[in-house]
Amino acid sequence: MVLGGGIAGIQASLDLAEMGIQVHLVETLPCIGGKMAQLDKTFPTNDCAI
Amino acid sequence: MAEDIRIGVFVCDCGSNIAGYLDCPSLAEYSETLPNVVFVKENLYTCSETGINEIKNAIKEEKLNRVVVASCSPRTHEPLFRESCGEAGLNPYLFEMVNIRDQCSWVHMQEREEGTNKARDLIRMGVAKAALLQPQEPIQSEVDPKALVIGGGISGMTSAMALANRGYQVFLVEKSSEMGGLLRNLHKLAPANVDAQELLAKQVEAVSNHENISLLTSTTINEIQGYIGHYEVTVSTNGVAQDFGVGVIIIATGAKVFRPEGLFNYDGKRVITQFDLEAFFRNKKFKADNVVMIQCVGARNEERKYCSRICCMIAIKNAIVIKEQNPETSVHILYRDIQAYGTENEALFQHSKQLGVRYIKYDQERPPEVQENAVKVYHHLLGRELEIPQDLVVLSTPLIAGEDNEALSKLLRVTLDANKFFLEGHVKLKPLDFATDGVYLCGNAHYPATLREAISQALGAASRASIPLAKGVMTVEPIVSVLADEDACRGCGLCVALCPYSALEIVQTEKGRKVRVIPVACKGCGVCASTCYQHALDINVYTDDQVEEQIRAFLTGS
Repeated sequence: MVLGGGIAGIQASLDLAEMGIQVHLVETLPCIGGKMAQLDKTFPTNDCAI
Repeated sequence: MAEDIRIGVFVCDCGSNIAGYLDCPSLAEYSETLPNVVFVKENLYTCSETGINEIKNAIKEEKLNRVVVASCSPRTHEPLFRESCGEAGLNPYLFEMVNIRDQCSWVHMQEREEGTNKARDLIRMGVAKAALLQPQEPIQSEVDPKALVIGGGISGMTSAMALANRGYQVFLVEKSSEMGGLLRNLHKLAPANVDAQELLAKQVEAVSNHENISLLTSTTINEIQGYIGHYEVTVSTNGVAQDFGVGVIIIATGAKVFRPEGLFNYDGKRVITQFDLEAFFRNKKFKADNVVMIQCVGARNEERKYCSRICCMIAIKNAIVIKEQNPETSVHILYRDIQAYGTENEALFQHSKQLGVRYIKYDQERPPEVQENAVKVYHHLLGRELEIPQDLVVLSTPLIAGEDNEALSKLLRVTLDANKFFLEGHVKLKPLDFATDGVYLCGNAHYPATLREAISQALGAASRASIPLAKGVMTVEPIVSVLADEDACRGCGLCVALCPYSALEIVQTEKGRKVRVIPVACKGCGVCASTCYQHALDINVYTDDQVEEQIRAFLTGS
């Protein structure tokens, strides 16, 4: 079980799932993404945060 | 071709993103006139559930055997559309995407008619290519469940332990005769004041005794051939060569300490580096009443533009060690900027000030001057020069890239940055991976890191590396190079030399020297196909025929 659906929780869940492990990703809010979902661009590559 | 080609075209409005600037109904109408097109649908959002269902239903009801979606960028949506085709029973590689958003509506916002005409051209070309698409099957390859870790510093040992504890066999290669890397030179470790040598000894013992770790000291890497899942490694230990196979590789080669020869009268005795100082502490040779530390020596200048980012904390840590040994010893730190991020570092910085460590900011244009028994520095707030007495000057120098980095980067076909440190695959999305699959990095090989960061990265790299190991089988997208015309290939090897992913090799066949594609390593970039002057190589979903057909369709006009 991964607690928190921000970028850290999402990446940890993905890596575990890739290894073939069933993951429960738990987030208190209705949607995942956390702080990163509120950003526009991310430094230094200026990628779209979403 | 025996089967009837039945193409379905889906034109996406993308809300107003495309339909606001292009005449989408006319594009749909036009698509119906194109050869082999039997079904056309305009969608408000093709990628929405409704749009996807329309594709799936049309595949079943209209017996479509090719699908073209004219919408946004394949970078974001091609996987979704391919998957949807697959779910409806159509081979996912019988799908073609046409980008009328980025290439038409976005760049021709003010030119509705011209933009729409260009979209017509692109759709016509996409349909022409779609007719020639062939089904492809995902490529699978087994993974050798072993790992090679290059570098026996704390990063390499941590990675090796993490993988070995998961049950994978690890070859840990260190070029010097002793394990430990830079950690061997350190005294105390901030922020917890851990004894570096105790920590190191524990880790070396654990690594040496682990049944899954083959420890190879005094060993250099001679050759690495292969690709993710299948690497053939040749090493030499004191001149004796041996081979073994591994599935993944972690680069943990660390970095070197910059020796400030010719700077600030550096002599290794009265004017030393922070690393020399750590050795003085360990050997109990430290003896001074007035210590002056100078930061950013040989860093953040024209020659070496980067900040080594750990030297501020090393200076603060060592200043505290001196003050705790003898509060009467004066310690001055001459700095340009102090980097002490995070709660613990900031707390140490404040603690050092409480212990009486003095901080003086200097200007890069007017650097301090080391004299016989003093350091002269211009204090820009006081507006005058200070003369600080000293009997020991400590220079904080950056970590610089290891001398083997270039050779290793060529051996593994991974990239280095401007300062010759190893460059990660993506600064945010793949910080511990390389662009080449199956190779990972951690610690100072990447950029100067604190012990804690190096360990975090090492655990992360081991975790990333264990994904293919745990899977046991690699599934790769079948968009790859193929030797379409074996007779044409002269085995010249030009493509082999240019391939950025080591996905090609020259083999001896009955017909002589020929190139062989290693599909599992190939990324379908097309460098080989475009450089082969014999046209022997093709990318299977961008064949010469398909591209020629697209060009023909373009030139035929609407």
